[in-house]
Amino acid sequence: MDIDILIEPALPATLDFDAPVIDARRLEPPTDPAAPFVIELSQFSGPLDLLLSLIRDEQVDIYDIPIARIAEQFLARIHAMQLDQAADYLEMAARLLRIKAQMLLPRNELDDAWEDPRAELVRRLLEYQQMREVVDLLERLGEERRGRFARAYIPQQVAPPAAPLALSLSELLSAVDRVLRVAREPAIHDVVARPLDVDGAIATVRAVLELRATARWRDVCPPSAPPWQVLSALLALLELARRGELRLAQLGPFASVLISRESASQAA
Amino acid sequence: MFASARPIPVDELAALDPEASPAALQSALDELRLQYDTAGHGVELVEVGGGWQILTRAEYTEAIERAQLAARPHRLSGASLETLAIIAYRQPIGRAEIEEIRGVAVGSVLKSLLERGLIDVVGRAEGLGRPLLYGTTPIFLEQFALRHLEELPRADELAIALRTVSPESATAAPNA
Repeated sequence: MDIDILIEPALPATLDFDAPVIDARRLEPPTDPAAPFVIELSQFSGPLDLLLSLIRDEQVDIYDIPIARIAEQFLARIHAMQLDQAADYLEMAARLLRIKAQMLLPRNELDDAWEDPRAELVRRLLEYQQMREVVDLLERLGEERRGRFARAYIPQQVAPPAAPLALSLSELLSAVDRVLRVAREPAIHDVVARPLDVDGAIATVRAVLELRATARWRDVCPPSAPPWQVLSALLALLELARRGELRLAQLGPFASVLISRESASQAA
Repeated sequence: MFASARPIPVDELAALDPEASPAALQSALDELRLQYDTAGHGVELVEVGGGWQILTRAEYTEAIERAQLAARPHRLSGASLETLAIIAYRQPIGRAEIEEIRGVAVGSVLKSLLERGLIDVVGRAEGLGRPLLYGTTPIFLEQFALRHLEELPRADELAIALRTVSPESATAAPNA
């Protein structure tokens, strides 16, 4: 049990609810040469564990704990293990001291109503000890099971892949039919393809840039232009920019687009 | 069962052959197990978590690991086992009660047990804040080779039986 204990990092004093406390006795012995350093070790899995071990070491009756002695040793141990920063251990220390104080109060031996202040602690210790027994059992069972393998190793909790969609055309059509019947007034549009006039727009842009070194979007596309014309103008600008005949710039989001003659093409 | 990586529940096996009676199914399972056990097979038929599973025998653990065909799952930490033991016996149980018994905070331990599928949220308590209640899963039974929870020793069968049940612990039990 005389293992050097190093708590790293030091536990913050109070709100460390999630700090795992590793029980050194359950760790593998450091036989693995690849991992010679054990960074965090706590010999005990909690204050109750420490308390039980003290009681065992002292060989005292759990139903009649010499509370002053045990409390003193508890404090000494948690100080030695630098556990006196950990809230769980501090709480137990405070509890022990309170019980110690209650035991010191004078009482009437004939008073039946006197309740042993240690009773609650004893109950918890027994409960904990019982649980440790179950832990030993589970550890044994788990160890036995760990060495036996099912046919396939599969990562736990992997959802099975969805089955491939098997659907006939008639099923699909009837499904579409059902959907359409449910929709009250299905809005069905006739889509007519309109040819874009990119070449015409390119001619327009070139003509504008003949006259001016820079132009704006509005100069190549009137505000009231129908969509096909807007798209033609846009494609024309992109095409000319790709060919290096002009440069496009937009100074900010939603600002109007500046079109300028590419100086290289001017020189050419 | 050979094709399945998980134990197959008895009722699923029964559903495969509606003609077969439960007794016939059981005798077929027994026969198969006996055959595996006596004819020098490397595998055995194991009843676990309410179902049946084919597992390699314990004596071949080292050989399998040496061949690097399969790796043993990680061992659970002491803190995890303590928490699991409490949940197994007291389920459905809330976090506060687990912490009361263990004397330490168990938030991160619960999280890792949930991630490993060993426990699950099984409900909410009636009390203040309606805390989550946890219980063990079929994976728990599988990983500890238990047929069912009743296979764990009853509390009064443990060596350290509680002498008296104080009213304190009676109220600690969830009354969901």
